[in-house]
Amino acid sequence: MTPHIRVRNLNAWYGTQPALKNINLEIPRQQITVIMGPSGCGKTTLLKTFNRFFELTEGARLTGQVLIDDEDIYARDVDETEVRKRVGLLAQRPTVLPMSIYENVAYGLYIHQMRKDARSYKEAVRHYLELAGLWEEVGKRLHDPATALSIGQQQRLCLARGLAVEPEIILGDEPTSALDPISSQHIEKKLLELKSRYTTVIVTHTLRQAKRLADYVIFMYMGEVIEAGPAQEVFTRPQQERTRQYLEGLF
Amino acid sequence: MTDSSPALTRRQAQEKTTRRAVFVLSLLPLVLILFVTVALAARAWPILGQYSLWDLLGGIEWRPMRGQFGFLPFIAGTLWVTTVGVLLAVPPCLLTALYLSEYARPSVRAILKPVFDLLAALPSVVYGVWGVLVVVPFVGDVLRPFFHQHLGWIPLFASSQPTGYSILSGGIVLAVMIAPFIIAVTYEVLMTAPQDWRLGSLGLGATRWQTIRYVLFRHSLPGIIAGVVLGTSRAFGETMAVLMVVGNVPTLPTSIFDPAYPLPALIANNYGEMMSVPLYDAALLGAALLLLVIVLIFNIASTLVLQRVMGRRWV
Repeated sequence: MTPHIRVRNLNAWYGTQPALKNINLEIPRQQITVIMGPSGCGKTTLLKTFNRFFELTEGARLTGQVLIDDEDIYARDVDETEVRKRVGLLAQRPTVLPMSIYENVAYGLYIHQMRKDARSYKEAVRHYLELAGLWEEVGKRLHDPATALSIGQQQRLCLARGLAVEPEIILGDEPTSALDPISSQHIEKKLLELKSRYTTVIVTHTLRQAKRLADYVIFMYMGEVIEAGPAQEVFTRPQQERTRQYLEGLF
Repeated sequence: MTDSSPALTRRQAQEKTTRRAVFVLSLLPLVLILFVTVALAARAWPILGQYSLWDLLGGIEWRPMRGQFGFLPFIAGTLWVTTVGVLLAVPPCLLTALYLSEYARPSVRAILKPVFDLLAALPSVVYGVWGVLVVVPFVGDVLRPFFHQHLGWIPLFASSQPTGYSILSGGIVLAVMIAPFIIAVTYEVLMTAPQDWRLGSLGLGATRWQTIRYVLFRHSLPGIIAGVVLGTSRAFGETMAVLMVVGNVPTLPTSIFDPAYPLPALIANNYGEMMSVPLYDAALLGAALLLLVIVLIFNIASTLVLQRVMGRRWV
């Protein structure tokens, strides 16, 4: 199968500080790719270049290409809102909007005019809440403020909200790091269930989570990709010394 | 434990004293308002005793020498100038605050924000002079003929006099004067909205404008209203700059090109003069009382509106 995301000669800076150095990558379609590495290695920066969030930081600048289905998302005529619709992001802490649970899911549908009448909105909201495994818990109180939910539920609401705009790719920036163990399990389970339909890219700094989720692994260090390959191979037979040291917990 | 108890009591005593002191201090503004109201009412009493409230508030003739004290032209003048000023100020101020908080890069913001704050520090009389030199000629020579020619059939834009000393000039000067307050408050309110909301919304592919309209406004509306209220309260009482450009003719205006005579201008122009005219002093202090009451009613009403809006908000 052809790779879904391709990164070519990507260099990125915050001001004069280099953040990514000459990245070349191919991210497989409809699998879970895990980006791992020590803090400050550029994992999150790389992830943010995939949905054009990188440019939201002042002084951020990049060269090179990020191609989704052979289309360079940094090309001049590309609308970043279209990119963000195709590439959903699950942030480190849940970023629910100051609205009801229902409105949080309906919001994306509304801004993209993806439904016509009230009934199809209702059906869609239910569908995506079910997909995110939240319907059972919130179906009876859809009009409560989203902030009334627990953190774990909020993160699943963010997942439902993201799925509602029908993305092709789901990004996760350490999506379980703020959650309790049970909620983390919920999210991981969902990501595994959904991977056959979406290309998923997760940043994590916990090796165990990487091993539970990954089909494909990218190991980064100091803004560079040290090693990338199928999870099985990288975890059992790392080619690079640094990867081996990281996997053994040496840094 | 017993060793430290004297120290503890001293600390507790200190705490008690502090608490009382700050409580008394916080009562001060309330006392001040009461004091001012009572003092004004007492001095205005003679005229309130001689004329009915209806005659004063509803009267359109202002001839102190003949004993006619109709406040209606001044009330109308105040409301006209304030309304025009606020209407002119609010839309550009909201957009400016939105630009500063949502679109401007931090470096641009760092330059522009202090400039707007500086506008609030300019003395009122400076705005007045600018009004006389720039705004009045502009209104008189450009806007008035233009509106007269194209929209003169609408009473609101009809011109009754050949100069630019008018409600519109007063409104323009007022709008510029209250702008920094509305911008500052709106900007601060928008900046208190968590960054996560913006990222959550943008991450779904929303535009900046959709994010502002559907996410930020919900949260910020009460604060924005509060900013407009603050600006409006200032506009009611603004005296110097307005009286310099508004014409000061006690008539009932029907057009924005009519002159007007707001309450603060009446008081400032006349207090201390012609005090031999019977009841004149009482009438002017009655005007001051009236202004105070108008501002109080406006503030109470807007607080009630604000509470209703707040009642509907999430978070």
